[in-house]
This record gives sequence, C-alpha cells and structure tokens, in this order.
Amino acid sequence: MSILVDENTKLLVQGITGSEGSFHTKRCMAYGTRVVAGVTPGKGGTSFDGVPVFNEVERAVKETGANASMIFVPPAFAADAILEAADAGIPLVVCITDGIPTLDMVTVLSYLERKSISLIGPNCPGVISPGKCMVGLMPGDIHMPGSVGVVSRSGTLTYEAVAQLTEQGIGQSTCIGVGGDPLIGTTFVDVLKLFEKDAETRLVVLIGEIGGTAEQDAAEFIKGMTKHVVAFVSGSTAPPGRRMGHAGAIITGSSGTAAEKIEALRSAGATIASSPAEIGLVARKVFRT
Amino acid sequence: MKIHEYQAKEILAKYGIPVPRGGVASTPAEAGRIAAELGGVVVIKAQVYAGGRGKGGGIKTAQSPVEAEKLASQIIGMRLVTHQTSAEGVPVDKVLVEDEGAIARELYLGIVIDSGKGLPVIMASEAGGMDIEEVAAKTPEKILKEYIDPMIGFQPFVGRRLAFGLNMEAEQIRPMGQLIGNVFRVFKEQDASLVEINPLVVTSDGGLLALDAKLNLDDNALFRHRDYAELRDPTQEDELDLEAAKHNLSYIRLDGDVGCMVNGAGLAMATMDIIKLIGAEPANFLDVGGGASEEMVTNAFILLLSDPKVKAALVNIFGGILRCDIVARGMIEASKQKEIKVPIVVRMRGTNVEEGMRLLAESGLPIILANDLKDAAEKVVTARGGAG
Repeated sequence: MSILVDENTKLLVQGITGSEGSFHTKRCMAYGTRVVAGVTPGKGGTSFDGVPVFNEVERAVKETGANASMIFVPPAFAADAILEAADAGIPLVVCITDGIPTLDMVTVLSYLERKSISLIGPNCPGVISPGKCMVGLMPGDIHMPGSVGVVSRSGTLTYEAVAQLTEQGIGQSTCIGVGGDPLIGTTFVDVLKLFEKDAETRLVVLIGEIGGTAEQDAAEFIKGMTKHVVAFVSGSTAPPGRRMGHAGAIITGSSGTAAEKIEALRSAGATIASSPAEIGLVARKVFRT
Repeated sequence: MKIHEYQAKEILAKYGIPVPRGGVASTPAEAGRIAAELGGVVVIKAQVYAGGRGKGGGIKTAQSPVEAEKLASQIIGMRLVTHQTSAEGVPVDKVLVEDEGAIARELYLGIVIDSGKGLPVIMASEAGGMDIEEVAAKTPEKILKEYIDPMIGFQPFVGRRLAFGLNMEAEQIRPMGQLIGNVFRVFKEQDASLVEINPLVVTSDGGLLALDAKLNLDDNALFRHRDYAELRDPTQEDELDLEAAKHNLSYIRLDGDVGCMVNGAGLAMATMDIIKLIGAEPANFLDVGGGASEEMVTNAFILLLSDPKVKAALVNIFGGILRCDIVARGMIEASKQKEIKVPIVVRMRGTNVEEGMRLLAESGLPIILANDLKDAAEKVVTARGGAG
C-alpha cells in the first residue's frame, strides 16, 4: 500500500500543453504514471504524446475515468482550475502552481470543504509513491520503494531528505509536499492521519519550516499516533518578519519560530534531526529500533 | 508589498472611511504650508514602511506652522531607526502633516487571513493604540474576532456584533458597522494581506476617524492591480533586495559573512541553518528557484558576490528541474562579469551533476567541491577562517 496515489491512479493534467505542464507530464509518464487525459481550453480534440486533450475537465473525466488531477495552470487561472476539477468530482487534485492570490484560495478552500476532495498544494512539488506513481515535479530516481512516509512543506529540501533516506537504504511508501503557501488544502495532520492508517508505512519523516502553526498542529496529532515520527524544521536562522521564499515561511509572533515548532514536536514524542544533513541518519537509527 | 501610511489613507478615504485632514510633504516649507492651511495643532509623521516610528523620533506634534516647518526639517532627510528596522535605519523622504483632532477613545481594527481556518478574520479591540501582538499575548480576551465566510461575504450583523462588542454608544453602532464593512471591502477588493487601523479613534464629538493606517497588499495578486506599481517606494527597500526582485530572485540580506546560493526556499533555509550549526553566521538567504534559467543563476551569483560582507560562499544545488550544468554555466558567466574574490564551495547533486562538475573543473575557477551538505558546510566555514 501507499497513500493518495498508486498504480490505480488515472491522472488528468490541467494545462498539459503549456511548457511546464508538457515537460512534467512527460517525466511522470516516463516514471510509469498512467496519464489518461489532458485539459487545455481550446485544444480539445487534439492529443499530447498519445494522451487525449479535452476542453473541459468534466468531459475528460466522463470519457477517461480520470481519478486525480495535476494542475500546471498560471496563477491567475489556477483557482478556477482547482474549482473546475472539484466540480467534476475528481477526488484528488494536486496543484503545482506557485503564486495564487490568497483570497482566491480562501474561496477554493471554502468550496472544497463542502465536497470530499483532497487538494495537495498549491505551490508544491506533488506526490510520489515510489515504484508506482509520480504526480509532480520531483526527481523520481532518488526515490526507492519502502515503508517510510515523508511529508514536507518544501520541495528541494524534501529531495535532500529522500536522497539521504535512499542512501541509508531506507525506502519510502509515499512522499508528499504539502506546499509552501499559507493557505493549503491537505495539511500535515491530514497526511499523518493517512500514514497512521496505511499498513505499509512504518515510520514518518516530517519536514517543517518557520511560519504558521502547522507543525504545532501536527505535534498535537503525533501525541496519539502509534507510528514514530522523525522531524526536521528549517529556518532556525531566519529573521522575523521576512518572507523566506515561500509565502507561508514568515515568522510573525513566537509561534512561527523554528524553536517553538521543534519544542512542540519534541514534546509530542517526535525524534528531532537537529541538522538537515542528518535526517537520513536519524531516520535509520529510529527505523532499526 | 507594503505601502506608506498616506497612501493607505488615500485608499481608505476612497471607500468612505474617515481619515484626518492633512497632506503629505517632501520639504519643510511644504509641511509648514499644510500646517497653516489646517490651522491649530498638527502632527508630523515620518513616512516609512517600518512601525515604531513614535519611539524613534519620527512622529512630532507642532503648535504652529513655524514649528511644523522646523520639526519637518528635522524629520525629512533623517534615517529613522525603530525596532523594526536595521541599525542603519530607513531614509525619510516624506512626512504626513495632519490635524491632531480631539480623541475620546482609541480602538483597534484589523483584518488578516487566518491561515489555520483559511478565512479572513476581522479583529477589533477596545485596547487601541497599543501593540496588538502584545494585547493578543497578554489579554487575548480583549480582542474580538469575526471570521468571514466567503460564500456569504461580510454581512451587516457582523458589523453590529463588533460595534456592540466594542461598547459603542447607541448612535455609533450604525456608523461603526458601516465603517467595518467598508474596511472589509478595502481588504477584499484591494487584495490586501493586512489592513490595520490602530488607533481607530472616537473623536470628542462622537465621530470615527482612522488616525493611523497600515495596508499590506498580497504580492501574488499584483497582476490584477497594475496601479500598485506606482505606489512602490524603492527608497524604503534594501538595494540588493531590489536588485534581486528585479531578477525574480528571493533574496534576504542577513548579518553574517557566509554567503549562500541555493535552489528552493526550504533547502535555502536549511543551508543557512547548517552554516550556523557548524559555527558561522549566514550572510543571506538566496533562493534561485526551482526552475531557474542560466541567466537567473548568473544574476543570483553576481548578487552574492556583490555583498562586501561575504568572506566565503556556499552554492548548494539539488538538481531536479534545475539542471546542475545550467547552474555551472550561470556561475561561469557570472565570474566573467564579476571577479570572484572569496572562496566558493560548491555542492551539487541530481540532474546532470557530472556535466556541471566537469564544467566547473574546466573553468579554472577557484572552487572547492564538496560531497554532501555536511561536508559543504564544514568546508565553507573552514574557508572563511573557521568557526566563531
């Protein structure tokens, strides 16, 4: 098993004909992901690398049975794309787009709450269940199938952590980047719930960063988990009040600091990797005990 | 994106929110003229992006136009240092000259997005004129909160509930409710990330007045507000920060002397953290982005080399979409435009790493190669002259 995506995932790509969309769709297909449809308004009836392209998501779902969507639509139109996927009833929507206006996301999240749809992102690298399915822009070859679940707010730092795990001979069940924006769909807690229930996942690696309270919320949930969590929080050296790249990575008030987050996770029972170079090492020690 | 108080007040006024009478001045003479037009006691307020202006000497009261001109001459041209600025402070080019007004009560009104709930939240308090973070930490019960459901938007009952909660006089309930509704309209229509009126005052004749105003705009929504470009004041921002913004780079200058250039925000923060763990201080946060072009890498590397504080630098790249050979080419191009005077440690892995390493080796640049993150951090700290 694994969570969110696997060999049964039938992927639709919104924005499949754009430069980023086409590039990453090909990489996902090369990894083995079943891409069944693409959507680009105005290009319906054409095809992309053998994948049929539709004008509308609803039509694409009806004709292909797509059960997940990956969105590569520019920020000005991305909220509309998420809502279109949700309206068509696609249960899993992965939005890669960075830079969506916050108030657009307020509307999106409010609508999604009324439907049972999981949104991953926005501003995220996506989801991968190694050896089964990749939906996103991570380098697939650094992953290895196994039983550690990885969840993170970051992109390349997740690759760093995954590569360290793989070097230690520790494979992954599913790796999820939940996104670096202040308003996201699926949260740390949502993912931890899924990992807790997943039979294959034995250990969880959580990578947090400054800003917001997602790590503290995760810590509350970790207290009741049967599976162990290894955590790293980046941004101990970040100054307050400055946005560190990610829109959500900004310290406002003490709850946003790395120190508070680390303390919350530690006292909830998580094992803390104090250096980003030792995430794999710490995971191996915990994994072997 | 931040804007000045006087610009925020101009926007509020367009939405029917009462602001003090006054005007903005770039010279002491202009300040004197505005004070004469207003008559009576005036307040001179330095226009800078930072808060805490009063304590830093950026807000003064003048009894006469002559005094206004004199005080303005002290404020305009000064570098204002507050708890929110660096030690060098920020330059003051303009002052806002306003009617002092007669204050009966000072209230607080603010709107932000609550990221936990994913909703806008209107906050109001009778503890106006104070640092609201402090009020929230010490006496959270003094802050009233109303979350706005985007499906129904702002409704009059919400304004009434807040107005009653603030213990307004009967005849002030309606105007206060309307004012809050108008402030919410500003928040929504202007794509704000923060609107704050602190204090929102009740004047001695029972009127309402936005005595101070802060409006931050959502950077992600700038594409639908083309007019915001005019509001930007580059004198309030760090030169290197501006240079970075021009090239679409995410750059923040810090106090240390070990520079770094990284792809991805999380990895960039982690790189800063490990430099500190090994015993040195990072000079900057610099994220070239996930899908940077060769040109972006060149610009980023030049930016890094342009900081005179930097004694050694670490380039940490986890190639995915961004290929290592692109990074190498960008660095080599940058070295032609800007001489490399400090030791550079490079750690690369991922896509096309062999090609990237080969290019760097053949370039003859004084580069120290590292195997992994820890090795890289140790090497860069050694290169700067050790820890401490």
